[in-house]
Amino acid sequence: METQKLDEWLLELIRLTSCELAPDVERALCAARDAEQGRARSTLDWMLRNAQEARESSMPICQDTGSLIFYIDHGPDLDQEQMTQSFLRAVIKATERSLLRPNAVDPVSGKNTGNNLGVGAPVLHFHPGLAAGKLSVRLMLKGGGSENCGVQYALPDGSLQAGRDLNGVKRCVLDAALRAQGFGCAPGTLGVGIGGDRMTSFQESKEQFFRPLDDVNTDPILAAMEKELLESINQLEIGPMGFGGQSTVLGVKMGLRHRVPASYFVSVSYMCWAYRRRCLQVENGQAVYL
Amino acid sequence: MIRIDLPVAEEPIRKLKVGDEVGVYGVMITARDAAHKYLVEEDGAEVREVLQGGMIYHCGPVVRQSDAGWQFVAAGPTTSKREEPYEAEVIAQYGVRAVIGKGGMGERTLAACKEHGAVYLHAIGGLAVILARSVRKVREVHKLDEFGAPEAMWVIEVENFPAIVTMDSHGNSLHAEVLKNSTERAQKLLAQW
Ligand code: SF4
Repeated sequence: METQKLDEWLLELIRLTSCELAPDVERALCAARDAEQGRARSTLDWMLRNAQEARESSMPICQDTGSLIFYIDHGPDLDQEQMTQSFLRAVIKATERSLLRPNAVDPVSGKNTGNNLGVGAPVLHFHPGLAAGKLSVRLMLKGGGSENCGVQYALPDGSLQAGRDLNGVKRCVLDAALRAQGFGCAPGTLGVGIGGDRMTSFQESKEQFFRPLDDVNTDPILAAMEKELLESINQLEIGPMGFGGQSTVLGVKMGLRHRVPASYFVSVSYMCWAYRRRCLQVENGQAVYL
Repeated sequence: MIRIDLPVAEEPIRKLKVGDEVGVYGVMITARDAAHKYLVEEDGAEVREVLQGGMIYHCGPVVRQSDAGWQFVAAGPTTSKREEPYEAEVIAQYGVRAVIGKGGMGERTLAACKEHGAVYLHAIGGLAVILARSVRKVREVHKLDEFGAPEAMWVIEVENFPAIVTMDSHGNSLHAEVLKNSTERAQKLLAQW
């Protein structure tokens, strides 16, 4: 794979993610708007118009372009060290072109690096395992306001009467949605990680955001719980931006990780309405964006 | 949509109720943490006139400079809660009629709105492109070198800037209402589970 081509493809992936909402997200926002009235409807309408103007003018949908999280599946012919350099170059270039806001701040000195590179930034997860000549890059831009709405619970939780079972899990997710109100720029999507350790539980919750909004969980128990929670949370009448209304969340997506007997974590991540994630797939030297 | 032209008198602001949708026209300024601290602790002479009957927007814009001057590229609201320690004083000292941001504010600001005849307007989070386009002109900027671009006080002319009244001048807060209602509803669900 030519380095120059990879650089270009990655830059286009970042542009697409920052400026164009994925079609499934836009469809879900449209459906939510059509079902609403009054200020909930006009709020969703503004969001959709903003998404359209961002797409048409190639400008970031939201000025908080968040943290960059990449998941890379590749074949044995690609070298991770070389690929890493391509990712860093693409991120620098995207920042120069104002497709990304400089978002990497040193927590000790308070300094912003100005180019989105820093310790642990961007986040790169490499997974070899594809056939030679193949590459798949998934990118998520996770905004700060929505990230602040994430919560992790350790079951049992007495204040929620949440035990170490699925009923307990449900209670946690409802509580997280209630606490978030509209602060994470509702209508959001909840990613839920059940089990794992403190780190992998949150990781699972984030990875759920790569699922299409309209898919059905392959695990029938989780599928039923996702549906029930989606309906329950939308009965809370928090609504778009917390102004009241039926559309509080667009989706609830759940995944599990095996846990040790002593721990039972439930992690809930919040993705805002500006739900930015896209995928680049390369095969036989041809790039396709999803 | 209720149109508000700046500067605005107390009476039209007193008429606004929680839930009203407004479109703002006229001159306002952006202010974040550094600017609020400055406005409370120092004189603020350079913005006193525009704040009298004016509005403060909690926003750290992405700006671009060209031959034609400054331009707002992306300008969504930022979280307002951080200004809670200052906002009541700013409203009282400068005669500000509205604060625009996201997420709502606390009891002290709500009380100041009631006492002095001001409201909190909630802009839609993430509306970066639309809100930047409603900024027709950047008039001037104060404290750019000292505070940096996101924290500087930008004096801007807006046209049909969309927002929703979520705290009015009669002590009502949509945030408090929605929190109360949603908490009751959640408790009902939990009782059934
Ligand atoms: S939560 Fe999302 S939409 Fe809201 S300001 Fe942050 S990145 Fe933008």
